[in-house]
Amino acid sequence: MLMFTFRRFLQLIPVFFGATLLVYFLVFATPGDPIAALSGGKPMAPAVEAALRAQYNLDQPFWVQYGLYLKNLVTLNLGQTFSGQDVSAVIARAYPVTARLAIMALTFEAVFGILFGVIAGLRKGKFFDSTVLVASLVVIAVPTFVLGFVLQLVVGVKLGWARPTVSGSAPWNELILPALVLGLVSLAYVIRLTRTSVGENMNADYVRTATAKGLSRRRVVVVHILRNSLIPVVTFLGADLGSLMGGAIVTEGIFNVPGIGNLLYKAIQKGESATVVAVVGILVIVFVVANLVVDLLYAWLDPRIRYV
Amino acid sequence: MSENLTPEKDLAAAGTPAARQGKTSRHHIEHFVAPLEETPLAAIDNVDETAAPLSLWADAWRNLRRQPLFIISALLILAVLIVAIFPQWFTNIDPRIQSTCNLADSGEPARAGHSLGFTLQGCDVYARMIYGTRASLMVGVFTTLGVLILGGAMGALAGYYGGWMDAILARLGDIFFALPLILGAIVIMQLPAFRDNRSVWVVVATLVIFGWPQIARITRGAVIENRNSDYVTASKALGLSPFRALIKHVLPNSLAPIIVVASISLGTFIVAEATLSFLGIGLPQSIMSWGNDIANAQSQVRNNPGVLLWPALALSITVLSFIMLGDALRDALDPKARKR
Amino acid sequence: MGSDVQPLLEIRDLAITFQTANGPVEAVRNAHLTVMPGETVAIVGESGSGKSTTALAAIGLLPSNGGVSGGQIIFDGEDITNASEKRIVELRGNSIGMVPQDPMSNLNPVWKIGFQVKETLKANGLAGANSKERVAEVLTEAGLPDAATRAKQYPHEFSGGMRQRALIAIGLACRPRLLIADEPTSALDVTVQRQILDHLDSMTTELGTAVLLITHDLGLAAERAEKLVVMYKGQVVESGPALEILRNPQHPYTQRLVNSAPSLASRRLQSQKAKDALAAAAAELGSPVEPAPVVEAGHTPSTVHAAAKHAEPQASLAKGAQAGETILEIKNLTKVFKLRGALGKSTDFKAVDDVSFSVPRGTTMAIVGESGSGKSTVAQMALSLLAPTEGSIKFDGTDVTTLKGKPLFDFRRRVQPIFQDPYGSLDPMFNIYRTIEEPLKIHKIGDTKSREKKVRELLDQVSMPASTMHRYPNELSGGQRQRIAIARALALNPDVIICDEAVSALDVLVQAQVLNLLNQLQEDLGLTYLFITHDLAVVRQIADHVTVMQKGRVVEAASTDEVFSNPKQVYTQDLLNAIPGATLLV
Repeated sequence: MLMFTFRRFLQLIPVFFGATLLVYFLVFATPGDPIAALSGGKPMAPAVEAALRAQYNLDQPFWVQYGLYLKNLVTLNLGQTFSGQDVSAVIARAYPVTARLAIMALTFEAVFGILFGVIAGLRKGKFFDSTVLVASLVVIAVPTFVLGFVLQLVVGVKLGWARPTVSGSAPWNELILPALVLGLVSLAYVIRLTRTSVGENMNADYVRTATAKGLSRRRVVVVHILRNSLIPVVTFLGADLGSLMGGAIVTEGIFNVPGIGNLLYKAIQKGESATVVAVVGILVIVFVVANLVVDLLYAWLDPRIRYV
Repeated sequence: MSENLTPEKDLAAAGTPAARQGKTSRHHIEHFVAPLEETPLAAIDNVDETAAPLSLWADAWRNLRRQPLFIISALLILAVLIVAIFPQWFTNIDPRIQSTCNLADSGEPARAGHSLGFTLQGCDVYARMIYGTRASLMVGVFTTLGVLILGGAMGALAGYYGGWMDAILARLGDIFFALPLILGAIVIMQLPAFRDNRSVWVVVATLVIFGWPQIARITRGAVIENRNSDYVTASKALGLSPFRALIKHVLPNSLAPIIVVASISLGTFIVAEATLSFLGIGLPQSIMSWGNDIANAQSQVRNNPGVLLWPALALSITVLSFIMLGDALRDALDPKARKR
Repeated sequence: MGSDVQPLLEIRDLAITFQTANGPVEAVRNAHLTVMPGETVAIVGESGSGKSTTALAAIGLLPSNGGVSGGQIIFDGEDITNASEKRIVELRGNSIGMVPQDPMSNLNPVWKIGFQVKETLKANGLAGANSKERVAEVLTEAGLPDAATRAKQYPHEFSGGMRQRALIAIGLACRPRLLIADEPTSALDVTVQRQILDHLDSMTTELGTAVLLITHDLGLAAERAEKLVVMYKGQVVESGPALEILRNPQHPYTQRLVNSAPSLASRRLQSQKAKDALAAAAAELGSPVEPAPVVEAGHTPSTVHAAAKHAEPQASLAKGAQAGETILEIKNLTKVFKLRGALGKSTDFKAVDDVSFSVPRGTTMAIVGESGSGKSTVAQMALSLLAPTEGSIKFDGTDVTTLKGKPLFDFRRRVQPIFQDPYGSLDPMFNIYRTIEEPLKIHKIGDTKSREKKVRELLDQVSMPASTMHRYPNELSGGQRQRIAIARALALNPDVIICDEAVSALDVLVQAQVLNLLNQLQEDLGLTYLFITHDLAVVRQIADHVTVMQKGRVVEAASTDEVFSNPKQVYTQDLLNAIPGATLLV
């Protein structure tokens, strides 16, 4: 297991460099003046421009620039927004909110996704299964922002059950609605994945053998079908946590949740490319680490993987 | 090669038992022979010549034809295609012409000839929905094609040749995979160079750049599954070159899962375009698309929800059709169901 | 005697129906059998005969789309045909145990072996306070050494034979009175198979467990059971005392099975033509003649053999070459694979180690060995699909290991493969016509019209109707696919055909049919075969010479008669001993 962890860790290194280089390359090596790119094409004060040049070492050759960018990324020296705030401080303020939202959404999709998925999988072709399947298809097909608007309108405005937008401190109770919206699409995927997986495992030879041993139906389901079926589901949930931690640009934008996604959303709308690049750089690190965690989780759940 | 953990030989109780002579029972056993009339003998392994020959695709088609899920999604997709190609058949208002919009109608509800009401700019919602089909569908279709070509080629080469080619291409895929589709597209599309020159093709190119690793992974997996098949080895032993074996045998047999994923991704690409447009960095305002219409309707959701709901409905139904099509294809092409 | 003893399991007029997309299908009809306490009963049949279905019904394990549609299942005097789920669960494990077929898929990969044994004991109320010791005991009984440590391992850390032992331990853990063993060893090497069956035998005898053994192998069944039940197309065609059925089969189907079972035949196959020639030659020499020798060779007078060689139709040898001239010569062949270890370190693994043999034109050389013996690697190298690390392969005088470009292409035309898996060796997307035409097309032989004519001829040669050419592989049975593979191999008029386990996946009768076909083609076309197999019984039927391999090395090499009548090495003797039923018909 230790060996496996180490090997996976080594494999991540090229991915980390590649992905950050990709972001950096896209911003700084595409045609046009990098300063114009960073400023979103708007004219800006000479002082701001000078600060940007210094932050991104634009007078240095490309590889030196990239190296310094990486160094800044790792040391969280991310420069300043146009309004003069430290980007790292802004991120530090937004991250707890995003984390709270992500955990709520994940809990929601894990609990209901697995529950519905298992029931549907065990009763394939029955009424419950068909209903859940159709509902999940619809949820996947409707874009998140439409779902967000509709729920905001119905639950928040018309029914008044929840605040349509979240207040500055983003307390737990106000995050329920955004968390639902955020988790809904993944919920549909979790249901489908669980259902397929349970369906496959039900026909596995070892399940028949377990039944032949004299185990009760209940024990066969819980010990032999469930554990094996959850392996791909947990992997999916792990990957999803990674992308949730990366901030939900759309959902946070609609409900005005002061998280990392909203930060990105506002930066895009204001044309603050410098902030976008800094934030995306951090997010790449989050994704890479999340991938590692998923791999390890997978190996922990499935003993066969560890020795490959 | 972990098979040799413990040599089987050493497990045996030492010594070879005496030659086995069979067993005889203490009980009387009746010797029963079924009458031949009741258990007639068939010829060994003869070909049933009565059934019509059926290729795998024909077989899949026969299955598909009977699936309501497939029929519904196929008809819907056909309808969407026709609307995209000939929008003028479905409305006599051409919303591309500025004069068809009248600010006096801004936000007006439905009335005769304008069954779905008006937008903030006083344009006909229904006509915009019809004319928006083309751009949304184009993004979906061309992105899928691009992803199939780029991802398919990468995946096929990586899977078939393996070794260093696989190692490099797989890492490359991981790098792009580390940047989720929307996030990657945001980085590109918000750059002034792209933001100011947006078009269908720029959006397609962006989505292809960040969308190909998924198809590449699927293709790689399918190709690896097939590359060591006996029929591939057999054709190599017949003298077929490895590359031609890839084209003639491996790829056609790897197609099923790729088609399924491509169909489902087509839907997600349409949603991705709408999301980018919603963020203001997708298609330019000059191009009519569902995503743009939904984005523009944001501000009026509370007093005129129809402006948002109608294009959203069109978008969702289209996406749903492609996902359902993918589901139906998966059932029909399932390799487990193929072997009889 | 014993008539007052109540049967343990009695199946009466059982019918089992499956609901399929094409309506209900009756898989088993009128099946009946009786198992007395402590007795072993074997159900013998080909795939699809309903043998497994019948047995699974007795333990309530039919697939969800199947159900008992008639008849009765009586266990120990109790009718359990329609018993409640609760009652069946009670019976499973401690009254009726099961050992399933495939050791690879029947253990849950995510739980440790010990856990899987323990839960069996627990479910049947036998775990007790010292369950750990009990688990180790049960595993030790099943012949697993070092059981306490092994119990802490996962299934993938076990070899196939060890997994099967673990499954036997689970099946017998709760001391059931009846054990259903569904092809318990067919996925294992012969010598391992032998050991495991011996062990199972002694265990059940000791415990007094009755066994319902399901197998496709008549020889194995006859050797291990008191009673045989022969099933064919869902019906019982014959049942009775094992040895009596074997020696005196009554139903034509059973007769067919007995005649084709390779483990019981003991003579190289010969076509009618060769038999006639043999008879004629023998008559000329005034020796006694066996008209259709099925039983026991090795004592055939050598004069007859010599005469037969003379009588072989020389004209049929291809390209006018002399019989006996060496066509394939393999010298000091070695193949080393690099196994990737941790941190980029790699260890060498010698799959093939200094192997030499030569094959005379028009004869069959068999390479025999168990899994991991390197026999298939030899085949791959002989086909020039894999480069040897050392050594040479001479085909018709030229070394083929270094061939490239045009000469290699020409070599491919003269040496053709037939592979084991009839489901994998034909491209499912190609119809039969394109499949057989492909070699002609690759080598640019003839035009469309002449190629079609050739395909028809080839289909005829392998006794398939011409209409087959429009069909796809998924519409054909395993044996039919293998005949198509043979037709494809013949398309280029090759000199040598390399058969890699070509008949291993086939049912006995179909296997016999394909072997006969191969034999016929050899005589007609003067083909040379390199026959790779794990099955010595098949070797006896088809090969002239045998090379026995073990762990990459040649253990023994001689003529087939020599190897069978006078094996020199212990390993060869073990292999021979392991052929089920080999000693029963003497």
